[in-house]
Formats: sequence, structure tokens, C-alpha cells
Amino acid sequence: MILLNNITKQFGKLRALDEVNLDISLGKSYALLGPNGSGKTTLIKSILGLVVPTSGTILFDGKSIANECDYRARIGYMPQIGHFPQNMKIGQLIDMMKNIRGEAIDIDDDLIRDFKLYSMYDKPMHALSGGTRQKVSAALAFMFKAPVLILDEPTAGLDPLSVEILKEKICAERGIGKVLLITSHILSDLDDLAGEVIYIQDGKVQYNDSIQSLKTDTREKRLGKAIASWLEQQQFISNVTK
Amino acid sequence: MGRILKYVFYDLLKTRFLLFYTLFLFVSTFAMFQLDSDPNKVILSLMSIVLMVMPLISIVFATIHFYNSYEFIELMLAQPIDRKVVFLSEYLGVALSLSSAFLLGTGIPILFYGVSDSAVMLLVVGTLLTIVFVSLAFLSSVLTRDKAKAIGIALLFWFYFSLIYDGLLLWVIYTFSDYPLEKVTLALVSLNPVDLGRIMMLLTLDVSALMGYTGAFYRAFFGSYAGLVFSVGILLLWIFVPTYFSIRIFSRKDL
Repeated sequence: MILLNNITKQFGKLRALDEVNLDISLGKSYALLGPNGSGKTTLIKSILGLVVPTSGTILFDGKSIANECDYRARIGYMPQIGHFPQNMKIGQLIDMMKNIRGEAIDIDDDLIRDFKLYSMYDKPMHALSGGTRQKVSAALAFMFKAPVLILDEPTAGLDPLSVEILKEKICAERGIGKVLLITSHILSDLDDLAGEVIYIQDGKVQYNDSIQSLKTDTREKRLGKAIASWLEQQQFISNVTK
Repeated sequence: MGRILKYVFYDLLKTRFLLFYTLFLFVSTFAMFQLDSDPNKVILSLMSIVLMVMPLISIVFATIHFYNSYEFIELMLAQPIDRKVVFLSEYLGVALSLSSAFLLGTGIPILFYGVSDSAVMLLVVGTLLTIVFVSLAFLSSVLTRDKAKAIGIALLFWFYFSLIYDGLLLWVIYTFSDYPLEKVTLALVSLNPVDLGRIMMLLTLDVSALMGYTGAFYRAFFGSYAGLVFSVGILLLWIFVPTYFSIRIFSRKDL
């Protein structure tokens, strides 16, 4: 579905992505993990065309995304920090997105309803708390029934109840075979949401396989422990080879 | 494109700045016509507003607007919308609304007190200069990520074209005053949209006799139909070239 070929992104002296090769396939859900500043967001933004890679190509359904925009109609994106026009009201923002996407006939308003955003339609965006803004951001990402969902830290800043609502929604979307790419620092969340794990560090993909095989390899039951012990193994191996 | 342009206009109208700007122009034009009975003198006073104040307001407002719309731009670019469309909508939104504010604010009193050649020229020069400075503002906005820096660059553009360039030009003319400089100054003047606007205005106002031999030469050149086409053409270049480069930079910019 999405194919990344030798993607490198250079920000001045910093190499945010270093020869990344990835194959995001249909019907699978991926957890994108890595320490802060490892290149997760840059990777996601490259797929969306918000960041232009220094070299390498990204194919969406076999077509290069360079200077293209139509493919984005098939991606629902929830950014890490949602930036919205400050002087718009929630309702106006949602209407504007419908208008601009031009797909007003058939929208998914589950999250707008479950997060009780309908009752806040008249609130201006600048008056919203961080959590509510995050809810709006999530509602917009799911609204257009896009076959690919890219969620950057979807649960950050949400209260526990809303986290459960969002997780249920993500699970439901996963159930109908959508492609999911999720980053999060809360590994226990990802345990039930994703089937595959991509671990990147210093802009390089270090691990790319199913969560199940990671768990079997490391003989751990939980994703967090499994990642930690896999990292330990890698450390040990590199120390031995030195 | 129309849909995005609609939201840009909506956003611009909400700030109310444009309303105040139109009112300011309207009141000051009206006041000048009231104070002075000679319409040519009024046009001359208005000229200094058009050549100094308006470029400053246009360039600063357009730069601030670009950065205030950053969230909107970011949101749009994650949608299936071409970057060029987003950029051009922002650009056209600002350029059209600033120039219509000028045309309304200055044009209505002029219509009221009688239209002359020089008044029409004032409106043409003012509109073109507004758009030139909006283009320069967008160029300075895409050159950097930092709002303060972008406003700094924008102000530098204004200082350069309004003050520094004229100083340099005078210095050149003084230093090489022994040589025939008409054609050279003509070329040098084309490099500054404000100077070009000033000459276009002065020649319709019949004060070019004050400028001596060079004035006569300019009169012969700019007074002709070809001269008018030339100067409007150069001003249009001043609009298109910065916009072209801004689009090029913007389509490769990381957000």
C-alpha cells in the first residue's frame, strides 16, 4: 500500500531519517516506536508530503507521491499537536473540512458524538483545552472514512474515559481491515491496537516484524517488556561483537 | 481553489483590520479634498501616502497574516489539496482584499470630487504597488520559519525600496554627473517599484518641468503610450517574479 524506498531526510546537520525502507501493507496495523527525536513524526510527515525527503521515493498504491496531492484523500491524519485556525468555532471547523473534502454525503461522526463535541459546536478553538483539541483532531481524522489512518500520539493528553472511546474506535476500524500507523509512548495502548511493530532509532529502522514474533523471540508477554528486553539483547550483541 | 479562497476572505474580514484601513484611507482622502481646493495638490499629498505608507502597511499586514494563517495552511496541506492552490489562495485573498480596500477608500472620495488623469494614475499605481508589496511579503514569509525574522525581512524590503535605494541612486547620479545618465537612471529606476510609481505619478501631475533635462527626457519616454506600457509591465514583473520564487520555495518547504 505504502512503500518507502531509501528515504533520507536531512535537517541541516541532523539526519532525521537515514535510508529508511518500509512496506506498509493492506489490512495491517503498525505501531511506530522509538525514543524522542528518533524520526517518527518526520517519517509520518514524509508520508503525508508535509516534509519533503532529501532523497528516496515514497509510493502510495504504486504511484510516487512527489508533487501529488490526491492520494491524501485516502489518509486520515491525526497530528501530534493539532494546530487549528484559532478564530473558528468547532462547528465551523468541521463544516469547513466537510466542504473542502467535498465528501459531505457520507461521513463518520461516531467520535463527534461520543466525545460530545456536538454540544460544544459554538466554542471557539482558542478557548479549548488541550484535551478537547485532541478530541477534535481525532474526530476529523476518522470523519472521512479514509482507508489509511495515521495517528501520531493519539492518546496523549486525553482523559482515561476518552482514551477508551478512542481505542474502541481504533479497534473497530482495525476490524474492518483499515491500514493503521500509530505512534505512542504508552506501549500498553499499542498492545491491543497494533499487530506489527516498527522500531526506529536515530532515523534508522531497527526492528520491523509482528508484535507476536517479538514477544516469542523475547519470551515476554507485554509489548513494553518485550521491546526493553529486545533492546537489551541488541546492546549485548553489539558489546560482544566489539 | 474557490472554496479555500472563500475561507481566506472570511478569515481576513474577521480581523476587522481591513475595515479600519479602508476607513483610514477614506477619511484622510476626504479630509485632504476638504482642506485644499486644488485637486492636483490633493493628488500630490495622496501620492506620499501611496508611495510611503501603503507599501509599509501592505507588506507588514501580509506577512503577519501569513503567519497567523499558518495553522490553516498546515491543516489544508494534510488534505488532498495542492500546495500551489493553498499558497495562491492565501496570496490572492490578501492581495485582492488590500487593493480593494485601497480602491474603495481612496476611489470613492475621488469619484465624489471629480476624476482626473492624475487621479486615475494614482489608483493604478496604488493598486499595483499594493500587490507588489504583498508579493514581497509572501516571499519574505516563505524564506524563514520565524515570524519575527520574516517581519524583519519584510521591513528591510520596505526600507530598501523607500529610502536606501533612493540614496544609492542619488549617489550614483552625483558621482557620475559628468556623463549622460538618462538611460542609466531609467534602467536603475526600473529596479525599484516605488520610484517607478513616483515617476508615473509626477509625469501626469505636470511637475516634471522641475526635474530639468532628465525630466524632459522622462516626459518624452514615460509620457508616451509605450512608456506607460513599459512601466506597468515592469510593475507586473515586480509582482510575478517574487510570487514565482515564493511558490517554488513553498512547494518544497517542510512544515
